[in-house]
Amino acid sequence: MLKVILSRVIQTIVVVFFLITFVFFAVRAIPGNPFAGEKALAPEEQAALERQYGLDKPVPIQYYNYLKNIFTKGDFGNSSAMKGRQVSTLIAESFPVSLKLGIVSLILGMGIGIPLGIIAALFHNKWQDYTAMVIAMAGICIVAFVLGPIFQLSIARPLSFLNVAGWSRTSDIILPAITLCFGVAAYLARLTRGGMLDVLSQDYIRTARAKGVPTFKIITKHALRPALQPAITYLGPAFAAIITGSFVVENIFLVPGMGQHFVLGITSKDYNLVLGLVLFYGILMGIANLLSDLALIFMDPKLRNA
Amino acid sequence: MSTAAPVIKSESVVAEKGSSLWADAYVRLKKNKLAMLGGIIVILILILCFIVAPILAASGMNANEQDLTNRFARIGEKGILGTDQLGRDLFMRVLEGGQISLLVAILATCMTVTFGVIYGGIAGYVGGKVGNIMMRIVDGLLAMPFLIIVILFREIITGHIDDIAKLLIDDWGWNDNTVLRFANLIPLTIAIAAFGWLTMGRIVRSAAASLSKQEFVEAARSLGLSHSRILFRHIVPNMLGPVIIYATLTIPSFILYEATLSFIGLGIEPPNSSWGKLIQEGANYLETNLTVLAVPAVMFSLTLFAFNFLGDGLRDALDPKASKD
Repeated sequence: MLKVILSRVIQTIVVVFFLITFVFFAVRAIPGNPFAGEKALAPEEQAALERQYGLDKPVPIQYYNYLKNIFTKGDFGNSSAMKGRQVSTLIAESFPVSLKLGIVSLILGMGIGIPLGIIAALFHNKWQDYTAMVIAMAGICIVAFVLGPIFQLSIARPLSFLNVAGWSRTSDIILPAITLCFGVAAYLARLTRGGMLDVLSQDYIRTARAKGVPTFKIITKHALRPALQPAITYLGPAFAAIITGSFVVENIFLVPGMGQHFVLGITSKDYNLVLGLVLFYGILMGIANLLSDLALIFMDPKLRNA
Repeated sequence: MSTAAPVIKSESVVAEKGSSLWADAYVRLKKNKLAMLGGIIVILILILCFIVAPILAASGMNANEQDLTNRFARIGEKGILGTDQLGRDLFMRVLEGGQISLLVAILATCMTVTFGVIYGGIAGYVGGKVGNIMMRIVDGLLAMPFLIIVILFREIITGHIDDIAKLLIDDWGWNDNTVLRFANLIPLTIAIAAFGWLTMGRIVRSAAASLSKQEFVEAARSLGLSHSRILFRHIVPNMLGPVIIYATLTIPSFILYEATLSFIGLGIEPPNSSWGKLIQEGANYLETNLTVLAVPAVMFSLTLFAFNFLGDGLRDALDPKASKD
């Protein structure tokens, strides 16, 4: 257990470090500069801004300073696109929005996807299986930027109590969450079905059947835990990806989450904002992977004793 | 020295005709109705976008010709599928958008296959420490957030590609329209391929590793063949199955990435359009006219369906052992 945690933490540190290094030099390799925005600046203004953000120094020094500020002060720097705002405040404001949306859609996705996968596996190669798998394929192929507008037109329009887009009322979470959950549900259904089929063909399930254990009990008591392993492995990274915001869904429903900051950061070459978001995402990804590792250990006694 | 197997001239051997792996696979694929349907739809869409559209364009139908008196024409009123917000022929726009979407995905998949097979093949064949280090690099890159690094990489190379395009037009006298249209989709294609080959590399490596332990490779080695000949003439042809399966499943995922990036404005740019771009434009005029969204959305989703079902079917047909999911 301790070994798993330790190796995951080390792995996360290594990956985040490489990610930060890569992104640090990558954003600076994008042609253009952060201050060449709406209106052309006088050379002295430009120089002053560059000095203020420390961009007048050589890139390796900038890199050293960036890492130093993060490790010694936990300082992500200031945003250059939104003048006077700190990257950490921007993340602190937008992350709760993405987190809330992400958790709701993950719960919805699990609630739809896992039962669908179980049904498909139980009725392997029967019409229930085919129906479930075609639904799952639809969830993968009819993607968020097709579903979103359809929901806006077919649900939000007729139901006057729902906003078409925006983030001012509690009910505004409904449409984006439904839109986001379809992809998750589809992948979960396919993975659960695969895992379930694996488990159902094993000897101990046949023994249980031969002893006359009711099917429902076989599923819940014996088959479900090992069958969910592929789904849990997928849920770790999916959780990190979904709670850090979806560019597309936030764009369609005007949700003030983290995804929109990333797109803005790239288009306006806001180095600190992009870096801060990527760093935050990398750490979350590590935590989510660790959680899914621990869940796997918790659910599989063979791993627990290893 | 000849490496070809000696030809057996015996009638008793010829009497029983064996069926090859591919013939077996085709029989299995034909039984899978969804996969066959997917295959037919894929072929139809390819014909529509790459044969019918150029013919129609040559015969005078233009995807970019605006007609502001006929905005949002309904199906049948003007053109085959009506017109969009600027009175452009929607049918032609969807086909030409499809050309770009499919071109990006297919080109990127070709790059992915080439690089994945070379890299994974070497890693699997060489094995040992070198192979391990090569796969560690792949693992590290796989741990990075895909869309984020693709967006960054695209932004970086866009400037360079634009420089090259300018050079081609100014100094070499190339047709500027064609060059500019390509210059817009090349960075996206390269960026997707640059980080999209990783899973292919993994699949090829494990196939190459298990193949290189088999007797026919041993035999080739004892005949004194060079490593590159063993790898590319004996090992690679034997893993065409998994490579074809994964390539077929890669195309729809690349179509999806292209569309996602174009939808948020970080992909294909005008004068080019792609399905993602058309869906994004259509979503803005949702309440005025649904067809502007519906036509590209249906084509796009149908293509994803078709490629995915075909890929799943190919996997079931070529690799029956792995066909449970």
